[in-house]
Amino acid sequence: MDNEKRALNSIAQDIAQVARGMGLDFYPVNFEIVPAEALYTFGAYGMPVRFTHWSFGKAFYRMKTQYDLNLSRIYELVINTNPAYAFLLEGNRLVQNKLVIGHVYAHVDFFKNNYYFSRTPKDMVERMGAHAEKIREYELLYGREKVERTLDAVLAIQEHVDYRSHIGTKGKMENLPQVNRPLKDEGHKCPGDACSGNHSCGSCGGNCTTKEPSKADSPKKVRAKRASLPYEDLWGDLIDDDCKCESQPEHEDLLLYIIKFAPGLEEWQRDIVGIVREESFYFYPQIETKIINEGWATFWHARIMHELDLTDAESLEFALMHSQVVQPSRMGMNPYYLGVKIWEHLAKNKALSEIFELRETENDLSFIRNHLTRELVEELNLFNFRKVGAHWQVTENEWEKVRDNLVQQLVNGGHPRIVVLEGDYEGKGGLYLKHRHEGVDLDIVYLEKTLSLVQFLWGKSVSLETVVDTKKVVYDCSNGLVSHHQVSKAGEK
Amino acid sequence: MADDIIVSRDDWSLHRKGYLDQTRHKEKVEEVIKQQLGDLIVDESIILTDGKKSTKIPMRSLEEFRFRYDFNKKNHTGQGTKKMVPGEILGRDQAKGKGAAGSGAGEEPGQDIYEAEVTYEDLANILFEELKLPNLDDKKRPLIAHDRPEFNDVRKKGLMANVDKKRTLLESIKRQAFSQKQEKDARLKISPEDLRFKTWETRPNFETNAVILAMMDTSGSMGQFEKYIARTFFFWMVRFLRLKYENVEIRFLAHHTEAKEVTEAEFFTRGESGGTRCSSVYQYALDLIETKYPPAHYNIYPVHFTDGDNIGSDNSRALSLMQRLVEVSRVVGYGEILRTHYSSTLMSTLKRITDPKLRLVTIRDRNEVYAALKTVFS
Repeated sequence: MDNEKRALNSIAQDIAQVARGMGLDFYPVNFEIVPAEALYTFGAYGMPVRFTHWSFGKAFYRMKTQYDLNLSRIYELVINTNPAYAFLLEGNRLVQNKLVIGHVYAHVDFFKNNYYFSRTPKDMVERMGAHAEKIREYELLYGREKVERTLDAVLAIQEHVDYRSHIGTKGKMENLPQVNRPLKDEGHKCPGDACSGNHSCGSCGGNCTTKEPSKADSPKKVRAKRASLPYEDLWGDLIDDDCKCESQPEHEDLLLYIIKFAPGLEEWQRDIVGIVREESFYFYPQIETKIINEGWATFWHARIMHELDLTDAESLEFALMHSQVVQPSRMGMNPYYLGVKIWEHLAKNKALSEIFELRETENDLSFIRNHLTRELVEELNLFNFRKVGAHWQVTENEWEKVRDNLVQQLVNGGHPRIVVLEGDYEGKGGLYLKHRHEGVDLDIVYLEKTLSLVQFLWGKSVSLETVVDTKKVVYDCSNGLVSHHQVSKAGEK
Repeated sequence: MADDIIVSRDDWSLHRKGYLDQTRHKEKVEEVIKQQLGDLIVDESIILTDGKKSTKIPMRSLEEFRFRYDFNKKNHTGQGTKKMVPGEILGRDQAKGKGAAGSGAGEEPGQDIYEAEVTYEDLANILFEELKLPNLDDKKRPLIAHDRPEFNDVRKKGLMANVDKKRTLLESIKRQAFSQKQEKDARLKISPEDLRFKTWETRPNFETNAVILAMMDTSGSMGQFEKYIARTFFFWMVRFLRLKYENVEIRFLAHHTEAKEVTEAEFFTRGESGGTRCSSVYQYALDLIETKYPPAHYNIYPVHFTDGDNIGSDNSRALSLMQRLVEVSRVVGYGEILRTHYSSTLMSTLKRITDPKLRLVTIRDRNEVYAALKTVFS
């Protein structure tokens, strides 16, 4: 046991005591000191072990370059498992590590107690390891190019799964988001134990050619689902919107729809879609709690540090590091800064027990919506801006507009909502998607490229309906070629 | 003490996953480069920097496509250091903080510039792989020869300036290893018999010379676009010929109704008004060949860029001069840079020359330069 490790070990124990004494409730934590390469790999892949894809290599290169050029630095990384894994950057100074360790405990407390993580399997490291092995096997069996092409396409739509599918339908509660049984979730019976493994249910694919997609997502239930969300009013316009197309069930889970109904997909490809889908369920709660979780961890590391006996030099270094973490950025939003400011504000006005309750029940969207007050918007000098001509211009600074704009950006994890309307469009087996337009148009270049990737997965033609400059436009893609046409009101889907 | 908190440290030195996938990303970027060669070779950043060998080409990294919002049509939220009022300008177009916007809640549409490890040389190699020198004719071996030293021997006697340090040291080590008595002072000593010298032999050297006669229409109808196309073409042409010949000269001949020789800078920047008489520059080129570049000694590559807007009465004279030019040259390129779909009367006149040494190309778009290069050098 080297000295640094021993010293850290005892510090980590001490800080755990302090943190628990303050009320934080976290899983056991395994800290591991790793070199920059390893830390940045985990950062890029989101996990210590994950399948191979060039996009992770790209992320790794970017993060590593920024580190090498001293532009930015990750001090720690926490994996949401039980026990939790936390990675400390080799060469962190002692006081840096003290701060980081406190920060880690608060994150793990959040993972353990926040409602949105309650469905996350706590053994994701092993599962993703198994996924990586599976995909490696497919590479050997079917060739790297083929696997990569499939992954390229699936990763392009990985966000389009139904994160809220457990709400509203009782039967689903037990199963989701354990995607290893994606077909059961929708009422499909798998033969024998084929589905009890760690992977998505590839062996069921052959039996899944049910003609009619399940009725689980009928508009009525979609509404019921939404009504049970904490902030129904947010969905007001959308519910109205749904009424217009009562006759047509929509399917929010594009990946599941592809697993079940894509006519041209091979079994191993279905399995890959299932793998990506399961990992997507794991990452989504992290995406939707970025601000609140980083704010929480920052809020607590500061409090914990005040409890520790620091030398003057250490205090100074801590203050410097803390201020770097919460540095505001002009053209964007530093989640640490925004989050910690809201928590500090809440701590001034509420009892501690209430604070702990909020960390159980809120996500970014509700956190901003409920607790970003007028005083905070003014204190933090928040403003809205957009592109006017060739300039980025400040458009609004009224607190409610700022708050609502932030909220709007957080809806659906910041991703456009794409739903499946039909799997046999015009009787030719085409997939018909609809973008639920909520005020912001899609990036057309990206739309066209992504559509051709979806078409690759689907096998037959794929169409997407969206709104461009207030006009309804349908993009069609067949054989990799994309075309588009405007739709008149009469031909409305 | 809580025993559920553990600190450990492992050996991560073999953890290469990130690097492996990074390599794959790089491979894919390079595949894209090959596919987009037509676009890349006309890139300003390459043409205008004179192609320094060590400079890397900034390549956009591969995009990860998604259904995403149009960044430019979105309302964003930012944090100020002071109160911001509506109407204040934050920045122009490509906002600096682009990658940072989006409140950390979604895809951040920042653009990553990926410094691809593709040097101009690599690019040139990929490009030139597909090009070849036409009409290689051994009879035209150049007659000029001069002696060139070649260091290809090592001797014990020679000029001190040419001492071969490495071999000398090796000799010294060998000698001291062989000598039985171990000297107390174990430092190496170099004695006169250790010395080795590099020596040379002289060989007659036949230099191969090529001259490019870059001709361009500088009449009013030739704009920035046309000049840029021509410039790109000549840029790669010079580099390609330098691989094949030891000396490549380039002469710049500009013309409207009259031809004259100009400097490179003038050639690519100056525009003049007036009509076009292509025969003038063909005559000028022929005169130049006659006085300075005897075809027996030089590989001559005249290339003419114009928009084809020639004075009608000049066409027959241009044809006969072009015929003579083709006879004395290796290859003659005639490029019409057009933005319309019609080809000119000069083009159809020149088509009467059946000699395969005359290569006629039409360029309508930037990325057709690559195809033009392939046509001329095939």
